[in-house]
Amino acid sequence: MLCDNCKERDAVVHLTRIVDNAVSQLHLCEKCAAAKGVETTLSVPQHPLGDILQAVQQQATTTSEDAAACAFCGATARDFRATGRLGCPHCYDAMERSLRELLRRLHGSSRHVGQRYETPDTHVVEKPDTLHDLRDRLRRAVESEQFEVAAELRDRIKALETEPV
Amino acid sequence: MTAPRPGLDLSLLPDGGVRWLDASGPNSDVVISTRIRLARNVSGYAFTGRAREGERLRMLAQVRDALSGVPSLSGSLLLRLDDLPVVDRQLLHERHLVSKELAGLDPQHPVRGGAAVFLGESVGLLVNEEDHLRLQALRSGFAVQQAFDGVSQLDRELGAQVPYAFHREFGFLTACPTNAGTGLRASVLIHLPGLVLTKEIGKVLAGLQQMGLTYRGLYGEGSEVVGNFFQLSNQTTLGRSEEELQDLLVRVVRHVIEREEEARRVLVRDAGYIIEDKLWRAYGTLRYARSLSFDEAMNYLSGVRLAVGLKLIAGLSVYTLNKLLIFAQSAHLAHLEGKGLTDSETNLARARYVRQVLMSEGGGVE
Repeated sequence: MLCDNCKERDAVVHLTRIVDNAVSQLHLCEKCAAAKGVETTLSVPQHPLGDILQAVQQQATTTSEDAAACAFCGATARDFRATGRLGCPHCYDAMERSLRELLRRLHGSSRHVGQRYETPDTHVVEKPDTLHDLRDRLRRAVESEQFEVAAELRDRIKALETEPV
Repeated sequence: MTAPRPGLDLSLLPDGGVRWLDASGPNSDVVISTRIRLARNVSGYAFTGRAREGERLRMLAQVRDALSGVPSLSGSLLLRLDDLPVVDRQLLHERHLVSKELAGLDPQHPVRGGAAVFLGESVGLLVNEEDHLRLQALRSGFAVQQAFDGVSQLDRELGAQVPYAFHREFGFLTACPTNAGTGLRASVLIHLPGLVLTKEIGKVLAGLQQMGLTYRGLYGEGSEVVGNFFQLSNQTTLGRSEEELQDLLVRVVRHVIEREEEARRVLVRDAGYIIEDKLWRAYGTLRYARSLSFDEAMNYLSGVRLAVGLKLIAGLSVYTLNKLLIFAQSAHLAHLEGKGLTDSETNLARARYVRQVLMSEGGGVE
């Protein structure tokens, strides 16, 4: 059976409408049904994070972690709620408590039980903060009005610049 | 860094990047492909979304320099997405080699500076996606273990060269907490026309959500279900080991395949000639139509695929059907025609291409 609306695709949603005691049948394809706002079991699920973030937001409007910025990237819990994305790996430490709760709600657990990882040969790979990195972080901190973080970064840049090579 | 190239030379891609289409894997009439991806981030940088362009470029350079110690990607091709025109980026996306986000196809989120992909023989590495690194392996058919082995090898080699962000409690750290822990998403692209036609699909999808799996359309997150192709994958990434997550997917997908086969038996038993007529009409449309929209082509291809599975149409290979699935998309058609196409030109080119393939590669009339 073709869709009553587009007459192109197969009808998969079959609606019975009763208006003023008159019964009418409507057969729609998935697409037209969605366009008309008919909910079907086939529609692609929404990303689950949205709902949960909203719940977390309603639950904890102002906690101590809320205003505190991540010392590395300057992101705050507010930024996270707005974008659904964390700023950097250090954010997991900066927002540890609320993230543990969120991870439990998302995954049913906050404890990683999979493969462990050892950072390779740290003295070779983990490079010291370069002026480049610090200047990037400073710009980001200023842009997101994290002035305490910015001041600390400015001092570190100064120290590096004056360091004898 | 590579010099900007005038257009994508597909012959440079190992196997054209489509070996997973060859229908050589297990259950490949129902399961088109299996993909495993691991999300990783490099410590010392902000996540991609917050990083400045300079940081993204330095991170890319660090990864590129480390590749001499990564045999899984030896001889791989580096493509800088930020150097490529949109039609080439779309083509890579249509081939399932890069995500929509990395390709910058959403007008709201144009391609990022530093967005790149390393395409190896059997694995790929996406750089500056939502996470710094997305390691992925695609295999033909239902082949979870093989895909995992490939990506896991790459992970070990790369992780020994580049320091990953890893947390004792939370595991591998990702920009979005939905991927943290293992960072593993195992998915299969599966064709379920029997379950859709018998209207069992709603129950099956609800059941797999209860088991901790989720479903999406042909192109992953946010994409629509078209042509009865579904992507089934694990919903959670933390609190279960990589092996447990794979086992879960394997168990549930095996069950879904059984349900699909059962639904097909029911269709043939209870609606034999109606189904046969419907599927031959789908074949006839593809064989003779002069203009085909993408959705139309996908839906008729779904019918023909079912007909081949039910052995109603002989002489047409699953490989040919897989090829049509990918090559009848708009960027591929533009590439084939050697020029940009309007929507109506695309529909004409699609019908022409499908007719030619079906004429030369079979689909016998009884």
